[in-house]
Amino acid sequence: MTDLPETTDRKLGLVIDLDTCVGCHACVVSCKGWNTENYGAPLSDRDPYGADPSGTFLNRVHSYEVEPEEGAPQLVHFPKSCLHCEDAPCVTVCPTGASFKRGADGIVLVNEADCIGCGLCAWACPYGAREMDAAEGVMKKCTLCVDRIYNENLAQEDRVPACVRTCPAGARHFGDLGDPDSDVSRLVAERGGMDLMPEQGTTPVNKYLPPRPRDTLGTGARAAQAPSLEPVAEDAQGWLGWLDRALSRF
Amino acid sequence: MHPAPSVIVFTTLSGAGFGLLFWLGLGVPDVRGLSAFAFFVIAYLLAAGGLMASTLHLGRPERALKAFTQWRTSWLSREAWLSVAALLAMAAYGAGLVFVDTRVPWLGWLGAALAAATVLATSMIYTQIAAVPRWHTALTPALFLALSAGGGALLAGQVTAALALLALAAVVQIAWWLRGDGALALSRTDMSSATGLPGRVRAFEPPHTGPNYLLREMVFRVGRKHALKLRGIALVLGYLAPVVLLLVPFAHWLAAVAVLAHLAGIAVSRWLFFAEAEHVVGLYYGMR
Repeated sequence: MTDLPETTDRKLGLVIDLDTCVGCHACVVSCKGWNTENYGAPLSDRDPYGADPSGTFLNRVHSYEVEPEEGAPQLVHFPKSCLHCEDAPCVTVCPTGASFKRGADGIVLVNEADCIGCGLCAWACPYGAREMDAAEGVMKKCTLCVDRIYNENLAQEDRVPACVRTCPAGARHFGDLGDPDSDVSRLVAERGGMDLMPEQGTTPVNKYLPPRPRDTLGTGARAAQAPSLEPVAEDAQGWLGWLDRALSRF
Repeated sequence: MHPAPSVIVFTTLSGAGFGLLFWLGLGVPDVRGLSAFAFFVIAYLLAAGGLMASTLHLGRPERALKAFTQWRTSWLSREAWLSVAALLAMAAYGAGLVFVDTRVPWLGWLGAALAAATVLATSMIYTQIAAVPRWHTALTPALFLALSAGGGALLAGQVTAALALLALAAVVQIAWWLRGDGALALSRTDMSSATGLPGRVRAFEPPHTGPNYLLREMVFRVGRKHALKLRGIALVLGYLAPVVLLLVPFAHWLAAVAVLAHLAGIAVSRWLFFAEAEHVVGLYYGMR
């Protein structure tokens, strides 16, 4: 049955640091690479080398320009994948029971053998975390790399989702968000981790860490320090001094 | 939302078909024999034909029977059960009318209730989706039920009921459109809540250079610029024309024109139901 579990023993999920993400899309590529050859049907591409390529991805990186009240605009790279919501609307709408949330660790999965490809779960998800595979006719979504995190054939450091393992900036963190003492929970508490679209009532497990304010050069406290950054030696010596004097004569 | 033809055909035809079954179940008109046979054939062609069309949009239609398993949580599963139950109950009831000239009232009432419940379940599939604020309102089931009852009355030849119900449906339809235009703002979901970012947020760069499933399915925007004209066409064909044709002296060919105009108008209205519906995922792309 596609009832949601009352509670889950653990709440495995991701914490994504919008301050650190550099927008390199390495997580997108590693996600596609791992998941196209492991759990379930491959992530197909259509017309991959043609004029109109499109394909199935479980993780995508948007980029936003943010204009704060004061200061310079800021570019924020924004990776987005399934948030493994506690109150996942994609699970309860499923007519076949293919979509389910695990009681043990809270991971939301699709049993592809039961999926009829009606697409209703993708409609129910406000985040666009589910994509129908055009070749297979079944719904694909982030599995939190369920075939890595418990995989005893992998070295300990590889037992994390592929996106987390590959991120060169350390912008992605994996752990149990149900345990208040876990590294990820402490990170969320420290940095003011937030939910996406809280008003939709989905209670996402994944959290996003907001970007720190920056680019205040020329304003506020930094402006007061500006005089100390002025050049100290005005009278250049040697060859550079000759060049300075020669150019000044023009 | 992408207006898939199979789903538009399904909701339009089966809505009218189950509406007709509703009236037949109530014994209005009280028909027997060949005349009952004709009414039931029309009702089943519309209701079952619509249901068949709905399976065309599935990625894996061969597994469609699995959709009967999750009736406890899923409106789509409930719709599957209710539609089959309604069709079976009305088949037994109709067989009584056609072949043995007997009306079993309780079976008819049961069939009518199941037919109405099927239309309600169909509407709830859309109503339940909070991510599409335009659909997420009690007006959606009200519209589907009023239209089904009105269209059914039209097919059943019930002039007074059809006039009243189509007028009511038109009022609900206009209210649904007016509320819908402000629904996204009302939902409080915007680019700020979607990204959690402070200040003014502008989509700078999408994650992919080509289209994808999300954009094709959820961010369908073609034809919205003609929405007002199409609303007018839907109102005139779906509601006004049948009412006018019912008010002039009765002729069979006029009734047929009234039914065809109604179905065409409702199909246009259903096209808009999808094409105008904004899914909040569009906000991540800076679209609506």
